[in-house]
Amino acid sequence: MARVVVDVMLKPEILDPQGQAVQRALPRLGFAGIADVRQGKRFELEVEGPVDDAALARIHEMAETFLANTVIEDFVVKVES
Amino acid sequence: MTARIGVVTFPGTLDDQDALRAARLAGAEPVSLWHRDKDLKQVDAVVLAGGFSYGDYLRAGAISRFSPVMETIIEQAKAGMPVLGICNGFQILTEAHLLPGAMLRNNHLHFICRDQKLRVENAETAWTSDYSAGQEIEVPLKNMDGRYVADERTLDELEAEGRVAFRYLDVNPNGSLRDIAGITNAAGNVVGLMPHPEHAVEPLIGTGKTDGLGFFTSILKKLVNA
Repeated sequence: MARVVVDVMLKPEILDPQGQAVQRALPRLGFAGIADVRQGKRFELEVEGPVDDAALARIHEMAETFLANTVIEDFVVKVES
Repeated sequence: MTARIGVVTFPGTLDDQDALRAARLAGAEPVSLWHRDKDLKQVDAVVLAGGFSYGDYLRAGAISRFSPVMETIIEQAKAGMPVLGICNGFQILTEAHLLPGAMLRNNHLHFICRDQKLRVENAETAWTSDYSAGQEIEVPLKNMDGRYVADERTLDELEAEGRVAFRYLDVNPNGSLRDIAGITNAAGNVVGLMPHPEHAVEPLIGTGKTDGLGFFTSILKKLVNA
C-alpha cells in the first residue's frame, strides 16, 4: 500500500503560541540556537489501490475540506514511496 | 403559542442541559436534538451548545461540522433559521463556514474560566434584540480554544458591517483579534460567541446575574411575533 502524507501548518501570519512555548523551553533544556518553532500536524494516509491523479485529487479535496482549515492553515500533500 | 428551540447534543457536548433550561426559563419549548439525526423535529431555532464535541479531535468543531444534524442545520441556517453557537458551538459554526474566521488555542495556552464582561455591539440580531447597543453584560467564559482570528480584510468587513456582535471588556482573555467575543452573519440569524449566556439565566447560579437570559428572550420574541 502506498503512503501519502499530508502536512498541515498554521499560516505564517497566524500566531502559534504552542510553537513559541516549545521554542522558549529549548535553552533551558540545553538546546541552543533555535530562533523559532512552528508546530503543525502530519497525517499519514495508507492508500488502497494506485496513487494516481484521481486518488491524489481526492486526497487534496480531503485535505482542503477536512484535514486542514484553510482559513488558518496551509497544507502540502506528498507521496511516499 | 410559543416557539420550539432545539439544542443539539454531540458526543462530548457539556452545556446542552443548561441551554435547554435557559430556553425553558425564557418561555420557549426546549427540544433535544441528536447529532446523528438529520431531523430537526420542526424547531424554529437551534442552539449549538458548549463542550468538547468529538473530544476537539483534529480541530475544535471540525468533526461535528460534518455530522448528519449539521447537514440540515447548515441548509436551514442559509435559508434564515436562527442559530446560536456558544463556545464549542461557535467553533462549529466557523468550521462550517456559516461564520467567517476561526478559533485557535488561547494565546496564553491555559484553560480559562472566569466571569467575563462583554459589550453588546449589535443589538439587532435575532439573538440580541432584547439588549441595547453598547450594553455591558457579564457572563461566564470557559474555554481552551477561544482565540478568534480572521484575516485583516475579513475583520475590517465585520467591523464595517456591524457584524462584531460582542467585544470583551476590561481584559482580552484569549488573544482574540480586536477583542472579538462574538460575531453575526450578514442576515443576523446566525450568531456565535465564546462566552456562555446560558450559564447566566438565574440569580442562584453563574455570575449571580441573569445577563444571559436576553439571548433566549430575544429569539422567543422574534419567533412568536413572526
